[in-house]
Formats: sequence, structure tokens, C-alpha cells
Amino acid sequence: MFWEVTLNLLKGFGTTCELFALTLVFALPLGLIISFGSMSKFKPLKAVCKVFVWCIRGTPLMLQMIVIYYGPGLVGQWAQGIDNPSMIITWLAGWTVFDRFIAVLVAFVINYACYFSEIYRGGIEGIPVGQREAGQVLGMKKSQLFFKVTLLQVIKRIVPPMSNEIITLVKDTSLARIIAVYEIIYAGERFIKAEGLIWPLFYTGAFYLIFCGVLTLLFGFIEKKLDYFRS
Amino acid sequence: MAMLEVKGINKKFGKIEVLKGIDFELNKGEVLSIIGSSGSGKTTLLRCMTFLETAEKGKVFVDGNCVFDADEQKRVGSSELRKRQLNFGLVFQNFNLFPQYTVLDNVCLAPKLLAKDRPDFRVSKKEIYAEIEENAKKLIERVGMTPRIDMYPCQLSGGQQQRVAIARALALNPKILCFDEPTSALDPELTGEVLKVIRSLKDGDCTMVIVTHEMNFAHEVSDKIIFMDEGVIAEQGTPDILDNPKTERLSAFLNAFSQ
Repeated sequence: MFWEVTLNLLKGFGTTCELFALTLVFALPLGLIISFGSMSKFKPLKAVCKVFVWCIRGTPLMLQMIVIYYGPGLVGQWAQGIDNPSMIITWLAGWTVFDRFIAVLVAFVINYACYFSEIYRGGIEGIPVGQREAGQVLGMKKSQLFFKVTLLQVIKRIVPPMSNEIITLVKDTSLARIIAVYEIIYAGERFIKAEGLIWPLFYTGAFYLIFCGVLTLLFGFIEKKLDYFRS
Repeated sequence: MAMLEVKGINKKFGKIEVLKGIDFELNKGEVLSIIGSSGSGKTTLLRCMTFLETAEKGKVFVDGNCVFDADEQKRVGSSELRKRQLNFGLVFQNFNLFPQYTVLDNVCLAPKLLAKDRPDFRVSKKEIYAEIEENAKKLIERVGMTPRIDMYPCQLSGGQQQRVAIARALALNPKILCFDEPTSALDPELTGEVLKVIRSLKDGDCTMVIVTHEMNFAHEVSDKIIFMDEGVIAEQGTPDILDNPKTERLSAFLNAFSQ
């Protein structure tokens, strides 16, 4: 029985890991783009980014998942009911619900990108102006300044808040359960209905613990690697 | 001919006029010290010269070439601006070394990045880098930091960091080397080692502009002194003016200093 449960949970855990990894892959760069936007000197872009971050950080991730999952279908339905459709309306009428996993992934990427963008912004704005000025008088291009001078210092500054956020992400993946994505919690829950067993659900905690433990070690390692300089 | 010519520099921060028409000249190999109380505009003047601030009016010439003209500044492209920037080196009050690089890499970084624009970079990258490092090692020796060449800035004292910063500025061979209160962030006992390095540069033929509060040092090392007060040059001349000030403002300033 134990092995059967473990195998089942591992299957769910696979989805959990997939969601976790894909969220990071897309949200880490997207967050950087949003952070540049919210630091932009071009006021309208800055305003758009700030409002967007406010909306995403100001509403629950669970709600965002539901909106992204059901939203397109509702738009499609509404568009189909309109007479004499224009080009755009016809296009909107083609909208249907996303695949469950895609919907969850989109919601996670957007949500985490916004949180990451604020961490990046804090890290970049925390670098003393003197560093930029020193690079400037040494004739560096803006891109050289960013990659050769600022970037590593920013990374050093953001490792602790990032590790916090990333560990939260591990556990947030369980929210995918709400629109029936087969992740580990869902896998554990099934044993309650099918076999009347509750311990498999409790057992899922071990998977999270091990995963987060590995991440904690990894971030500790990175912090130590960057310990050789102080900024 | 003058190495550095500054003509009619005006700078405002909001409504406050910080520089009200600054003119001066400096010959090749000469050392100019700019003195004055805090808020008199001396650091702003230096920052305008080194393009960290943009003046609203005025021109700057180096070696007869116009490197700054407030009227056409907006039309100058960023690569041309960087090229013009390299006429000046700047040593900061708080060093601003790059913390993640060793002493050697701090000195080498900018020359190596600039070398990428050279047409022969791809073919002879190794030779170019070796040459840059060789030159950097000589400069580090010149500021007496060879024993600590592989250390990181956080492992150095303030005076040592400032000496590395001087080597870093020299590595790009600027025509004019500027110092913004280079010893103001240092303990008195560390000040000496930095002043010694600056003094030794004078024996080469470095043209230097130094903003400083070290009156004795200014007197000893300078060919020319400018005393600034409320955004104008209140008095200028040879270091003699420190002994025999002609204006009341300078004598008041010097009196306050000697007390």
C-alpha cells in the first residue's frame, strides 16, 4: 500500500515540479522586464507597470487562476451573442477555456513576475549611485555597466528575498488544485474518497519538506559563493 | 596653448543657481586646486566637467577641442559622449571601487571593455589583454598596491582603496585627472599616503584638477588655486593667494580654516 501511495504521489509531485520550474523559467525574466518598466523615465509606461503590479499583488493568486481559467470562455460566449460581428468580435468569439495546466501556469507566471519585479527593483535601486558614476566616467556603455558592474551586486542583494519568494512558490503550487490540476495535494486527496485513507494527504508534506530543504541548501550555497565581496 | 579651457559654465538645480559663470584655463602638466566652503559649487563644477552633471550654459575645451557645448549637448550621441568623457579621469570622494573585482580587475575592467571596440580585437585579443594587464600592474606598483593586487576592496583600508581608484583612473590615460575631495572620507593618518601618490603624479606630466580641503597640500602641490564662493570664482592665482589673499572672502575663509 505504501508503495502504491508513494508512486501515486510522485506522479502528482511531477506536475508540482513542472509547474514550479516553468513558473521560474518564465517569471524570472518577465519580472526583470516589469521592473525596468516600473523604473522607466517614460511616465506612462511606469504608470502602467505600477498599476499592473498593484492589481496582481492586491488580489489573491487563487482568484487570478480562476479568472484566467474561466475568463476567456466567458468572453467568447459574450462575443458569440453579438449580431453583425466585426473582425475583432469574430476573433474573440473563438476564445474558449484554456487547458487547465496552461491557465494555472499563466496565472503563476504573471503573479510571481510581479513579486520578482519588486525584488529586482529594490535590488537595483539599492546599488549606490557612485557605482554607476564610476562606470560612466570610465567610458562604459549602459549595457556594460549593467552586466559588468551592477548585475552581480544586485544578485547578491536579492538572493535572500528571492529564496523566500521561491520557497513560497513551492507551496503555492498546491493552489492549482482549485481548478483540478492533478498536482500532489490532489493526488493525496484522492485516497480519501477512493480508499478512506487520510494519511496519504499528510504524507504529501514530506515531499514539500524535502523539496524546500534542497532549495534552502542551494540558496545557502549561492549566498556563500557571493560572500567574497561586500557592497 | 591651454590644455583645459572652461568658459562661462552655468548650472542650476531647480531654481538654485549653483554655478554662475565659471571661466578658467589650465596649461598642460599644471595642477589646479579648487578650494572653498561646502556648498560653494566646487564639486558641482568638477561634476559638470566630467559630464556627471550637464551644465545649462558654457563650453569646455580640452587641448583646443570642444568637448562640451551646452547649446548642442542634446545633439551629441552617446558613443561620442563616451569618447569625450575619456578626456577626463575622476577620483571620487568615496572611492567607488567595484566591490566584486580584485584590485587588478578593478584597474583592468574599463580598458578591457574599451579594447572590444578596437578593429584588431578579435585577432589579437590575448595580446591586447596581456598588454592591458601589464600596464595595470605598472600603475598598481606606482600607487604602491602591488602586495595587495589580488585582494578585494572590502579587504583594503580607505587609503588603499583610494590609491587603487587613482590607478583605475590612470589606466585610461586621461588628459586631465580630476579629484573630488580625495581625502575627505579618510582618517588623518590615511590621508598622507593618498596625498603622497597625488604628489608623485605631479612629477610626471599629469594635468590635474583637485577639489580639496587640504590647504597645506593645495599650497604645496598646486600651480594655480581657485577659490570659489557662492557659485563664482571669488579669487584665483598662484598658491601665493593663500598667504596673501586679496579678497576679504578668501581671507575670512582661510582664517576660519586655521582656527
